[in-house]
Amino acid sequence: MAGKKYEYLYHIADAKFRAFGATLEEAFENAALALFNAMIDTSKLKALEERKIEITSPDIKMLLVEWLSELLYLFEVDGIIFSEFRIDKIEKKGGKFSLKGKASGVPIDLLYHKFDTQVKAVTFHELEVEQDKTGEFWIQVVVDT
Amino acid sequence: MADGSIKDAASILTKVNDYTWDIPMDYKPGMRVPGRIFVSSKLLESLEHDTLTQVSNVATLPGIQKFAMAMPDAHSGYGFPIGGVAAFDRDTGIISPGGVGYDINCGVRIIKTNLTVDEVRPGMKELIELLFHEIPSGVGSKSKIRASDSELTDAFLHGAKWAVESGYGVKEDVEHCEENGYMKIADPGKVSEKARKRGKPQFGTLGSGNHFLEVQYVDEVYDPEVAEVFGLHKGQVTVMIHCGSRGAGHQICDDYLKILDRATHKYGIQLPDRQLACAPAESTEGQNYYKAMAAGANYAWANRQVITHWVREAFTRFFRRDDLGMDLIYDVAHNVAKLEEHTIDTEKKMVYVHRKGATRAFPPGHPDVPLIYRKLGQPVLIPGSMGTPSFVLHGTPKAMDLTFGSACHGSGRVSSRGAAKREFHGETIQKELAVRGICVRATHPSIIAEEAPGVYKPSEEVVDVVHQLGIARKVVKLMPIGVTKG
Repeated sequence: MAGKKYEYLYHIADAKFRAFGATLEEAFENAALALFNAMIDTSKLKALEERKIEITSPDIKMLLVEWLSELLYLFEVDGIIFSEFRIDKIEKKGGKFSLKGKASGVPIDLLYHKFDTQVKAVTFHELEVEQDKTGEFWIQVVVDT
Repeated sequence: MADGSIKDAASILTKVNDYTWDIPMDYKPGMRVPGRIFVSSKLLESLEHDTLTQVSNVATLPGIQKFAMAMPDAHSGYGFPIGGVAAFDRDTGIISPGGVGYDINCGVRIIKTNLTVDEVRPGMKELIELLFHEIPSGVGSKSKIRASDSELTDAFLHGAKWAVESGYGVKEDVEHCEENGYMKIADPGKVSEKARKRGKPQFGTLGSGNHFLEVQYVDEVYDPEVAEVFGLHKGQVTVMIHCGSRGAGHQICDDYLKILDRATHKYGIQLPDRQLACAPAESTEGQNYYKAMAAGANYAWANRQVITHWVREAFTRFFRRDDLGMDLIYDVAHNVAKLEEHTIDTEKKMVYVHRKGATRAFPPGHPDVPLIYRKLGQPVLIPGSMGTPSFVLHGTPKAMDLTFGSACHGSGRVSSRGAAKREFHGETIQKELAVRGICVRATHPSIIAEEAPGVYKPSEEVVDVVHQLGIARKVVKLMPIGVTKG
């Protein structure tokens, strides 16, 4: 797995991917990267605008869904294609999980940006947040397109 | 054969008749009713294992009646299968956002014209170009309407009726919509600010994915008597609009999945898949979702109504005539939950029927069928995929017996969107379709590749199962001549 940030898996109607990271934060960041690259190649996009994101959830899987859903919401409402993600810390406190982070990207310009598809939502179906024997984290997500 | 399809489906399923296969109760622990899949032996070959798992998961939900069902176009989704029908008792059952899906009231409408295919075909390229520009589509596209907060609230409340009263259509349009274009239970107060923000700039937009606007013609008439009442005859041009509630609906589903996820724990409901999150149907959480879902459904009816208006304007401008007879034949939802009365074991019961990728198909005489169609049954509109035929059917009493008054919703995927892009090349498909007389205009070629005709089950095959079962009967076949896609 070394060096691989994410990979897409087969799903008939929708997009399914796995994201990896040496830390949980990195795996969450790579899941966000996989999410946006399912819609458009973000590798050449400039990260000009930034949004700060803070989320608290009852469990780690819900935290992941809410993190990705918030990015989709900002993508649609603020019209930003995010390509860089930074999560400072994922914490467990008083039985709840929280994250603080930011996402940066470029405002949508329909003349230049050609989307392959639109991710509508992040589902709980086959959702996984796991740590393997080597200590590496992996995440599995099915999104509705 | 699709990846993940079942090699030994026949050994798992019990054959009831040529088009009905049951998943026995012992297939999965916790099943309260058997699963029932309506397919031909040929469609059975492309049925995925995941679809069986998902149907049997639905069968474990509290208060489920008769069977967890899958229509002939069924394929695996997330939580509930796509092409799924499940009814839950009002008092002992549940309601689930996953049983409706993210695109609340994704649906289809057909508008007729008095133009013939020979009149329209020569200018098709220019006409489709005009429609592509007049009706915004694709990721990031914005509406031409700047809706105010109060207009948005009105649309959530009154759906297509709001649109017509705002000048987008005529009053006959709402009479020809399922629910007369709006569910009265809707409560915009149950819709989040986030859903409002997503919905506000998107009125009258098609969206992306499998949504489309298609110019079609009547290629074959199966039942001339019914066709005449529906106002359809051979060679006539029609327009089909397939879209839903856009970001507003997605956000409503998203919001309530989280709320119902907590409710699932609160009410001690055991779930095999978290995406099936649900609450007792009559609980506060369940009803709040139902009222918000209805608001989302109304948004979708308003959306299709606004698009209809722009389609009429475009045709009038293009043909320089305003006597084109562009009446709405009907508008159906295929992602929705409804409280309906059904007869179960000779007893009349109120049930929440969840149709996720399934079309309501009510019989002759049903009070919810518009008066002009009541003798014949509800028009059932089944869109094809890009380049394949669509169908109009009519409802029958048998659907009430077998499927809670439901039929299929389309042709059903057999290949993933990702696989489609590897396998098909958008520009090549565009050329092939052009040779067959179908003009496609999309935002760019890969959109065409992922919706290529080859990624769907043949629509004829799916509709024939519905027809043979008798849960709806074929009236006409519509062939596309022009398609716009997001």
